[in-house]
Amino acid sequence: MAAEGKLADQMTRGLVSGMARSPTNGARRVQRGALRVMVPLAVIAAWQAASSAGWMSAQTMPAPSLIAASFWQLTVTGQLWPNLLTSLWRVTVGLGFGVAIGTLLGVAAGLSKLGEDLVDPSLQMARTLPHLALIPLMILWFGIGETPKLVIIALGATFPIYLNLFSAIRGADRKLLEAASILHLSRAETVWHVILPAALPGFLVGLRQALGIAWISLVVAEQINASSGIGFLVMNARDFLQTDVIFDGLLVYAILGLATDQLVRSLERHLLAWRPVSIAK
Amino acid sequence: MNMLTETEAYTQPAQASGTHAVEVRGLTRAFGGNVVLDQLDLTIRPGEFVALLGRSGSGKSTLLRTLAGLDAAPEGTLIVPAARAVVFQEPRLLPWKRVWRNVALGLRVPNAREAAEAALAEVELAHRMNAWPLTLSGGEAQRAALARALVRAPELLLLDEPFAALDALTRLRMQGLVTALWRAHRPAVLLVTHDVDEALLLADRVLVLENGRIALDIDIPLPHPRRAHAAAFEGLHTRLLRALGVGEEV
Repeated sequence: MAAEGKLADQMTRGLVSGMARSPTNGARRVQRGALRVMVPLAVIAAWQAASSAGWMSAQTMPAPSLIAASFWQLTVTGQLWPNLLTSLWRVTVGLGFGVAIGTLLGVAAGLSKLGEDLVDPSLQMARTLPHLALIPLMILWFGIGETPKLVIIALGATFPIYLNLFSAIRGADRKLLEAASILHLSRAETVWHVILPAALPGFLVGLRQALGIAWISLVVAEQINASSGIGFLVMNARDFLQTDVIFDGLLVYAILGLATDQLVRSLERHLLAWRPVSIAK
Repeated sequence: MNMLTETEAYTQPAQASGTHAVEVRGLTRAFGGNVVLDQLDLTIRPGEFVALLGRSGSGKSTLLRTLAGLDAAPEGTLIVPAARAVVFQEPRLLPWKRVWRNVALGLRVPNAREAAEAALAEVELAHRMNAWPLTLSGGEAQRAALARALVRAPELLLLDEPFAALDALTRLRMQGLVTALWRAHRPAVLLVTHDVDEALLLADRVLVLENGRIALDIDIPLPHPRRAHAAAFEGLHTRLLRALGVGEEV
C-alpha cells in the first residue's frame, strides 16, 4: 500500500510539473499503464482469494481460475469457434444492412429538402420506439430463423447512422461551401469533395454508436430461440447450471466489443488523418 | 432597369474584356428593410488595383460578395469577368485535402498538378504542397489560398481583408507578395480592407464606401513598390481617415 501511495504521488507530481521532469516520458507511460491495470488485477486477485477460501460458491461465482479453465475447454473442444463465427456473422451482416440503409437515408435527407421531407419525420418517429420491443413482432413475421435476428440488428444500427450523418451533412461549413461555389465546382463535385468529407467524422461517431447497439441487439436476439451463437452457448449453460460458461460468454462479448471498437478507432485514425488530433499523434 | 446577372456575363465574357474589368451601374442591395448598397456605380479597369475602405457595416463585404457571385439577387447592372477568384479573411482550404489538391480543386486543365505546383512555388510554398492544411501556419495557409486563386489566372481578383487575421510581420510579407504577384499577372484587384495604410501601400485607387455609395474615389499616383508610412502618404492618409469619420487626433 505504501509503495502504491508513493507511486501515485509521483504520478501526480509528474503530471503537474510536465515534461521537463524525470522520469522520462516512456518510463512515465509504463508507470501510468501499471497504475491503470492495478485495480482490475486487484479485484480479480481478491475474487480468486475469496473463492479459494470458500467464501463464495462455485455455483454463483466461480473462481477466475475455473472460468479460465472452462474457457480453455471451450476453445480446445471446438465448441467456441462455430458459435463465435455465427455471432460475428450475424453482427456483420446486420450491421452491414443497417449502415447501408442508414447511410442511404441520411445522404438522401441530408442533401435534399425533398429527401428530408420524405424521410425525416418517419424516422424521427420510429427512432423513439425501442427497437428491441419489436422482437415478438419479428418472430411472428419472420419465424425463429436468422432473419428476425438480422432485422433487429440492422434496425438498431440504422438510426444512429442516419441521425449522425444527417446532422453532419447539414452542419457542413458554409464557408467551405462558398469556397466551392467560387471554384465553380458542380453540385456533384461539391457533394463529393466538400459535403461528404465534412460529414465523415459525424458518420464515424454514428458507426461507433451503431456498433454498440448491434452488440446489444445480438445479445438479446440470441437469447431468444437461438440454436447457435454465443447467446445460445450462454442460455444452454444456464439450463445446465454451468455458471463458468456463462462467464465465458460474457468474456467473449466483452472482447468482441473492445475489438470492434478498436477497429473503428483505427478506421478513424486512417480516414481522419488530416485532423489535428490525428496529426499530433 | 437592365438586369444582367453574373451567369449571363459568363456566356458573354466579351462584354467584360473591353475597357472595364468590372462595370457596376445602379447596384442596390437591401437586407430586409436595411439598404446596404444604394444605386452604387463602380468601374474597374483591367489590371487596376483598387482598395475599398469603409466602416464596418458599410457594405464593403456585400459589394465584394456580389462581384464574386455569392450574393443572390443583385438589383442593377453588373458585368464582371468569368475568370474571378476570391481570397477571404480565412484561408477556407478543405482540411481533408492536401495543399496541392486544394490548389488544383476544380481546375479544368489536363495537368492540374503541375499547375498547382507552379502556383505554390510562386507563393513560396512548394515545400508544403503535400502538407495537410491544418498543419500550416496562418501565413502559409493564406499563401495557399492565394495560390488557389492565382492558378485560375483570374481577370478579377477579389481580396476580402485577406491579411486581417495575420500578425504584423506576416502581413508585411504577404502585402509584398500580393504586390509582386499583381505586377507579374496584372489581374484587376479589388481589395476590401479597413486599414488605410494597407490601402495606400498597395492600391492605384482607393475608394471609400459610405451609405451604400462610393463617397470618395482617389487615385494614388505613386510608383510601386512603396514603403509604408512614406512622406507622400501623409495628406492622403489624413483625407481618407477623415472620410472614414476618424478625426486627426487619432
